[in-house]
Amino acid sequence: MSIRLRVDGVDREVPEEAGDESLLRVLRDHLGLIAPKNACEEGECGSCTVAIDGEIACACLVPAGQAAGRDVETVAGLAGPDGELHPVQEALLEAGGVQCGYCTPGMVMAARDLLRRNPDPTDDDIREGLTGNLCRCTGYAKIMAAVRLAAGR
Amino acid sequence: MTAPLTVPGVRGGVGERLRRSDGRPKVTGEFAYASDLRADNMLVGVTLRSPHASALVRGIDTAAARSVPKVRAVLTHEDVPGAKLVGMGPDKDQPVLAFDRVRYHGEPVAVVAAEDLTSARRAAEAIAVDYEPLEPLTDAAAALASGAPALHPQGNELRAVTILHGDPDTDGPVVVRGTYDVGMQDQAFLGPEAGLARPLPDGGVELEVATQALHTDREQVAAALGLPEEMVRMTLAGVGGAFGGREDLSVHVHACMLALATGRPVRMVYGRRESFVGHVHRHPATLEYEHVANERGDLLCVRARLLLDGGAYASSSPAVISNASTQACGPYAVPNARIEGTVVYTNNPPCGAMRGFGAPQVAIAHEAQMDRLAERLGIDPIELRVRNALETGAEMPTGQLVPGPVDAEALLEGVRGLPEPAEPGPDPRSWPGGAFGAGEGEGVRRGVGYAFAFKNIAFSEGFDDYTVARVRLSAPDGVPLVEVNTAAAEVGQGVVGVAEQIARSELGVEDVRVLPADTAVGSAGAASASRLTWMVAGALSAACGALRERLGIERDALPGPSDLAGLVGDEALEEEATYRHRETERMDPHSGRGDVHTGFAFVAHRAVVDVDVELGIARVAQLACAGDVGRAINPLA
Repeated sequence: MSIRLRVDGVDREVPEEAGDESLLRVLRDHLGLIAPKNACEEGECGSCTVAIDGEIACACLVPAGQAAGRDVETVAGLAGPDGELHPVQEALLEAGGVQCGYCTPGMVMAARDLLRRNPDPTDDDIREGLTGNLCRCTGYAKIMAAVRLAAGR
Repeated sequence: MTAPLTVPGVRGGVGERLRRSDGRPKVTGEFAYASDLRADNMLVGVTLRSPHASALVRGIDTAAARSVPKVRAVLTHEDVPGAKLVGMGPDKDQPVLAFDRVRYHGEPVAVVAAEDLTSARRAAEAIAVDYEPLEPLTDAAAALASGAPALHPQGNELRAVTILHGDPDTDGPVVVRGTYDVGMQDQAFLGPEAGLARPLPDGGVELEVATQALHTDREQVAAALGLPEEMVRMTLAGVGGAFGGREDLSVHVHACMLALATGRPVRMVYGRRESFVGHVHRHPATLEYEHVANERGDLLCVRARLLLDGGAYASSSPAVISNASTQACGPYAVPNARIEGTVVYTNNPPCGAMRGFGAPQVAIAHEAQMDRLAERLGIDPIELRVRNALETGAEMPTGQLVPGPVDAEALLEGVRGLPEPAEPGPDPRSWPGGAFGAGEGEGVRRGVGYAFAFKNIAFSEGFDDYTVARVRLSAPDGVPLVEVNTAAAEVGQGVVGVAEQIARSELGVEDVRVLPADTAVGSAGAASASRLTWMVAGALSAACGALRERLGIERDALPGPSDLAGLVGDEALEEEATYRHRETERMDPHSGRGDVHTGFAFVAHRAVVDVDVELGIARVAQLACAGDVGRAINPLA
């Protein structure tokens, strides 16, 4: 038996014993998918944020077995077929919201989720929507600006 | 004369809002950080760390660990091929792997390489270390008390400096005193310490690692491995933030030792808990201050005693106490002063570089003192600061004259003039404590505070501080191309973009490629001390100038692409240049006098803080920052 899951539209398979590991470990170590980051691996920083059947979660807190048969989206799957970036990705570059970039994959997933639920967020809404995602470089001002920019598009 | 910022027809020069060239791979998740590195046939390495803050090490038995399946190497201090002690300066006092004793909780004792992480961890747990725990010395003042156990052969005083200026016993009508304690802080960069070491056929080793300073690392790694420096090749891996926490070695020597011992690539990645003990912290400090002023608010004298806890090993503590002491009065003209700064060894985690490097600790104290003085005198806190602010050419307590422009009023009035954020409203998320706060906002009061501070730029006290840059100009297919090679560490701050912009503006070529940072080129020095933009720009500017000279072209009349391609022809031109900033001096050991720093940056902040005075919960509603950055190379950064 093995575990099957869909990651960014591609069917993937890992050995059953990997089901006890975190989804993050399975994505990174078994499948070599480096987009979700491993900054804390205890659900504090949000750098490993992925969407599972459309709902965001810290991949480090999800046992891989729970993702069996489900659709996992990472930041690596957001760009369009011709490489055009998702509006949140584009806005982060335009607003200067990327520095070291380690938080960025999770930040993009959280901001995209926020804008899906709330296309016209206030600043308090943005702060709340990104409250599970830590950034140590930017001081958040330019990340806030990027989300406002993306919301306007 | 100010040189033109941009060259007509060339996009992305100095002063333009430049998008990061590493931005796209970072937003798509393709950018490879050190922790993402992999190699065929790779082993993983783990570190066994001391559970004691202070203990004698009577023996280490690795037999059981070596018999764990899939384990390929278990190494201790006995296996360190070269120097057993590492460190950045002359004070090399930190064991690669502990011998005789451990001096802090988390100190590396042994390393293991195995086929997988689980096996490596199992083996580390199977290492039997015979410790004799000692009472740890965890208080900086106690470390200086007579009868305190000496943690190092030379005693517990790591460095003490005294700065005497004018008449340090000057009295005056208004005196404010305060003692300030500031705690330890962690850089908490998001990308954990990581590196991948590969053995080379010539007996050397190649290391890809997240660091702030490739050459500073290499010097220590080569010494510890007992190899000549040219047999240690280092390349910068993707760095997930640094903030000072990657100036010291982490996985470097350990990964290389394991790779050389096993003949296979070895990757080491710290977890978050390990990261907290795997790098240095900001020094905790106790700061005793006495400010003397006249009734108009002119400062007459400052007396300060600074005690910093350096933790178990020296790291950059000698430089941190120098910065803290020379900047202890803040950016103010003080005619008389006595500053006594001491940093000591304890059994706390080692402290070293973290953003500001000694300046933030004293800023807490000198700014609290200025507020107390303003309150005592009934003077507006900004007016008091502006009244006493340093000016260009003013004498600092070290006797150094302030180089460069200072505009305290523009910075402070600049932040005062910004609109304040809205008062907390009906939405509980705007209250202190946020939506989880227990109150209903009725006890919320707003406070507004100002601060003015400065920080030295680049390395000080006579350090030979330089950066090497190599620039190659070619014209493949008749289109000019510039390739830039430095060892400058891109840690998120954007030095790659700076290099692109400088080269574009200096040569008038749009297609500029910054090659990976490695040790094949000379040292760039560290991505530290807010120095790299200045230093890389200096070196690149010089290298580009040498290229212009060879081509017989002028900076203010650069040829267009086709003319330039014609001048370059089929042969690529290459120039290398080294930039050094103005020389500095070591402080006089008795008076602390000297031309210590090469330059300063000045900042003003305004903090708007809402406090629930009943619950004691505070919320920073806004922090407005004004920094005199001079000409912004990239206003978007």
